[in-house]
Amino acid sequence: MSKILVIAEHLGGKLNSSTARAVSAAAAVKAEAIDVLVLSDAPDAIAAEAAKIDGVSRVLTVARPENAHPLAAVLAPQIAKAAAGYSHVFVPSTTFGKDVAPRVAALLGVAQVSDVMSVEAAHTFKRPIYAGNAIITVEADANHPVVATIRSASWAAAGNGANSAPIEALTIDAALPTHTRFVELKQGSSDRPDLQSASKVVSGGRGVGSKENFDIIYKFADRIGAAVGASRAAVDAGYVPSEMQVGQTGKIIAPELYMAIGISGAIQHLTGIKDAGTIVAINKDGEAPIFEIADLGLVGDLFKLIPELEQAL
Amino acid sequence: MKILVGYKRVVDYNVRIQVKPDGTGVVTDGVKLSANPFDDIALEEALRLREKGVATEVIVVAIGPADLTAHLRNGLAMGANRAIHVVTAEAVQPLTAARVFLKLIEKEQPGLVILGKQAIDDDANQTGQMLAALWDRPQATFASQVEIADGKATVTREVDAGLEVIEAELPAVITTDLRLNEPRFIKLPDIMKAKAKPIDTIEFGSLGVEAHDHLKTTHYAAPAKRSKGVMVKDAAELVAALKQKGLL
Repeated sequence: MSKILVIAEHLGGKLNSSTARAVSAAAAVKAEAIDVLVLSDAPDAIAAEAAKIDGVSRVLTVARPENAHPLAAVLAPQIAKAAAGYSHVFVPSTTFGKDVAPRVAALLGVAQVSDVMSVEAAHTFKRPIYAGNAIITVEADANHPVVATIRSASWAAAGNGANSAPIEALTIDAALPTHTRFVELKQGSSDRPDLQSASKVVSGGRGVGSKENFDIIYKFADRIGAAVGASRAAVDAGYVPSEMQVGQTGKIIAPELYMAIGISGAIQHLTGIKDAGTIVAINKDGEAPIFEIADLGLVGDLFKLIPELEQAL
Repeated sequence: MKILVGYKRVVDYNVRIQVKPDGTGVVTDGVKLSANPFDDIALEEALRLREKGVATEVIVVAIGPADLTAHLRNGLAMGANRAIHVVTAEAVQPLTAARVFLKLIEKEQPGLVILGKQAIDDDANQTGQMLAALWDRPQATFASQVEIADGKATVTREVDAGLEVIEAELPAVITTDLRLNEPRFIKLPDIMKAKAKPIDTIEFGSLGVEAHDHLKTTHYAAPAKRSKGVMVKDAAELVAALKQKGLL
């Protein structure tokens, strides 16, 4: 039987929803136990959140001052030790998980399955390659632990509230390196919903035209309670910061509603949104590739149409 | 200081990938092959560090079949001092690639290894992190800015929450993100000059690297297609349709 260790992702004392998505993938393995590991300088509040996720058996915490920031070189040796006795280690496939998980796999001397989209059997998974243009089925060796990153957009977050899993403090005897140090995190401060986990996302592209013009996107998003994203073209043109980029090289998201405004629909952008529930495209070019995958399309000038949309709400 | 740069050859990013009807792979016959775009960025960054006087030598490394020579010549034409070709006919998974790099590190003693954050064929995003673990050295992944001074790298990383800055003592592994730099174009005279630059070939089997792959790919499939939706005539109709779906 499988025993799965899910590594919690958190920031600012709050659990990231990518963790509950990784728990969903663990549940799909039909494991006998799903434990969540929280590495932090102050894990208590994060662990309390994780304990409520449906399907979690236990929450394990490692409280060390070195864990104040998610440095892969510091976290990986602790995760590798904690992984003893588990058949699988699942980590969200976010920049956090992509950074730390391969380091864990190498310490354990095993391969990693990146971006798990579906669980076919305990050691058989589907994952995308070539920017999602092909889906492969991979089989991991059942004689070794499986280290995998879980593609957040493919998994709904496990439910929350009915569970109250026990929380246990772990002491891990691992020498931690000091050769890597956190300096700072520059975050755009925003009251808007988080782009990665929002149920509605409004994105703007090159068609928006300028940094100033992007205000119309922010205003409309605020009106409907949506997070704001952007195409790579809009980021490269300097309209918005890079953390807003949606697409293969940015964030891969799966909101219930995705509205692409002034985005033509380059393949690398479409790769980032194709798991969205409903895709709406607004573009002045009726031939734009975005309309090939949009559920609802509207051709016209976004500066005229957005005010009309606001009126019609 | 020497810099080792990973320089993988992949299907060109402009090629529309097609899965073979029998599910045994993707079509690669007659398809244009190029350097992995993230590796071009890695090489560009190494060359800039050499031009600034931080590095003295840039070595491009590729692992793969005998016909990789022309690909490595491109890296040399772009400006690398020399190339190492680890020859194997087999596809190499990230853990094996990391073990190969570790062997080359033992021999070359570089101050910095720069790799692309991922190759655009397998999209694994693993080799740099695995190498850093095996080497027991720092990793700075998804770099969008690199400063080298006083024996350490200060690296700005593109993370989901924004831009993270970390300090890593050298030697270290850096993996590149898209916005780190814009790679230079190769000029004709440089192609001529590259012909005189050395390419060391090393048989994979001679390195003593364990090549056991834990992952088997059993099937390839085309992704599920989204069906084309409907066009609405105006803003009011769009809002009505979204309200009907319970989305607004």
